[in-house]
Amino acid sequence: MGVPMKYWRIILGKPPASTTISQRNKDMNRQTQKRLLGIAALVVAAAIWQIVAEYVVRRSFILPSVTDVAGAFVNLLESGTLVADIAVSLQHFGVGLLAALLLGVPVGILMGWFRVADFLLDPIIEILRPIPPLAWIPFAIIWFGLTTQAAGFVIFVGAFFPILTATYAAFRSVPKVFVEAGKVLGCDTSLEVIRYVALPAAVPAIASGIRIAMGVGWMCLVAAEMFGVSRSGLGYQLWHNYYLHQMPNVVVYMLILGFAGLIIDRIFRNYVDQRLLRWHAGEVA
Amino acid sequence: MSGVTIRDLGKAFPKEDGTATQALEGVNLEIGDTEFVCLVGPSGCGKTTLLRIIAGLETATTGVVTVDDHAVTGPDPKRGMVFQEYSLFPWRRVIDNVAFGLEMKGVAKEKRRQTADRYIEMVGLSQFRDAYPYELSGGMRQRVAIARALANDPDVLLMDEPFGALDAQTRNRMQKELLSLWEQTKKTIVFVTHSVDEAVYLANRIVVLSPRPGSVQEVIKIPWPHPRDRTSAEFAEVRRRVLRMIDETENTQ
Repeated sequence: MGVPMKYWRIILGKPPASTTISQRNKDMNRQTQKRLLGIAALVVAAAIWQIVAEYVVRRSFILPSVTDVAGAFVNLLESGTLVADIAVSLQHFGVGLLAALLLGVPVGILMGWFRVADFLLDPIIEILRPIPPLAWIPFAIIWFGLTTQAAGFVIFVGAFFPILTATYAAFRSVPKVFVEAGKVLGCDTSLEVIRYVALPAAVPAIASGIRIAMGVGWMCLVAAEMFGVSRSGLGYQLWHNYYLHQMPNVVVYMLILGFAGLIIDRIFRNYVDQRLLRWHAGEVA
Repeated sequence: MSGVTIRDLGKAFPKEDGTATQALEGVNLEIGDTEFVCLVGPSGCGKTTLLRIIAGLETATTGVVTVDDHAVTGPDPKRGMVFQEYSLFPWRRVIDNVAFGLEMKGVAKEKRRQTADRYIEMVGLSQFRDAYPYELSGGMRQRVAIARALANDPDVLLMDEPFGALDAQTRNRMQKELLSLWEQTKKTIVFVTHSVDEAVYLANRIVVLSPRPGSVQEVIKIPWPHPRDRTSAEFAEVRRRVLRMIDETENTQ
């Protein structure tokens, strides 16, 4: 397909750096071997699935076969609903994650850096945190109606706490020597110390928190859409097709959800590793 | 003029049981402009604490520190500091580490990079200007840390066992380089070390602190020019004197 190499890089990641040519060949063989074995395993799994579905279960409603699912996929793709639903879900996800970032990182910084903020906010956070994000669905609908914001809100609740706790912990463990070095070099205010020293030092840990938040957010997305926060999107369609007893379609949506989650995670991880944290790879074992 | 004056300085660290540990008591010291002073003493005598008070990273319980007649109230880029631990910011390249202080001062990017380049060259690391700290050896990291402190053009350079983590050979080389930097920049240097050998090699004056609570026990002038010969008899004699002083005080404790 016409996707330039550099975009594939972001999805697939950087090939491991190797020093010598023989080492590189070895790595390459290892890499090819890994891919081939992975593909072989997938093919075998699909074959078993097909055989079981077609000759053992023999009812597409209970277990759609690979070919049923492939046919359903092509139909959904041609009708254009699949692409539209992916777009809607990504929009819900984006809104929720963005809100979680915009609120989670600053609150995490406040609580991690200022004792008083920690003492003030901690009890509130500790009470809200154990509430499952899906428990907010009724109020999401009452407050926002069946809008992007409603779905986004549920995702926000799911993604907010992992980002908050990661930021908090990261700011708590900024090495003292960096802070002191920043101060003797001219960071006069807390804001300057945070911006130029603590935040860059905390980025790796915050990035891991965001990755976890994205996983949680993605799960919340499906549930939120399934439980009626929206009239479109992958989660909604999955549930809707279940009502229609279109089980091959259900499997298509399940697989799309899995793939989309995987790709989002890959893109983020590789972006962070390549752009944001080139320094970090050399600091850790 | 960049002298440091320490008057009646005391520092007590509160303990959990409500009492306090007296780390320093009645410290009086006058450090002249462009002087190289080494602080030595038995471990736990508070030499690092004294340096941190001069830096403004700790506050004294009693007494005052003045630099050029200005009382020290907090950290200030006028007093550069080189830490014992590796303190370079790992997310910044060498050049941006060295330019950090100038960035805080609001110097424009081009200008501060020029200045930083000059100091990187001074410590002999021009080839590594775009490297990240993890790519550097321990000795190189400390050279960058010195360049970073110097780039702020401080009045006083405070060094807290900066070569403590280095191997003996690197350490000797770093001492030579530091002396050459000192001669080039004419900074006042206050250098904490637990190596008497290092102190005798570097200092104009060695300040020996007594055990906790630390105070100035003895000040030894070393009038010889640099470079000094570590193997000479007079070098050994001074080293022995200082060592004995530290030993005795440690034993009487």
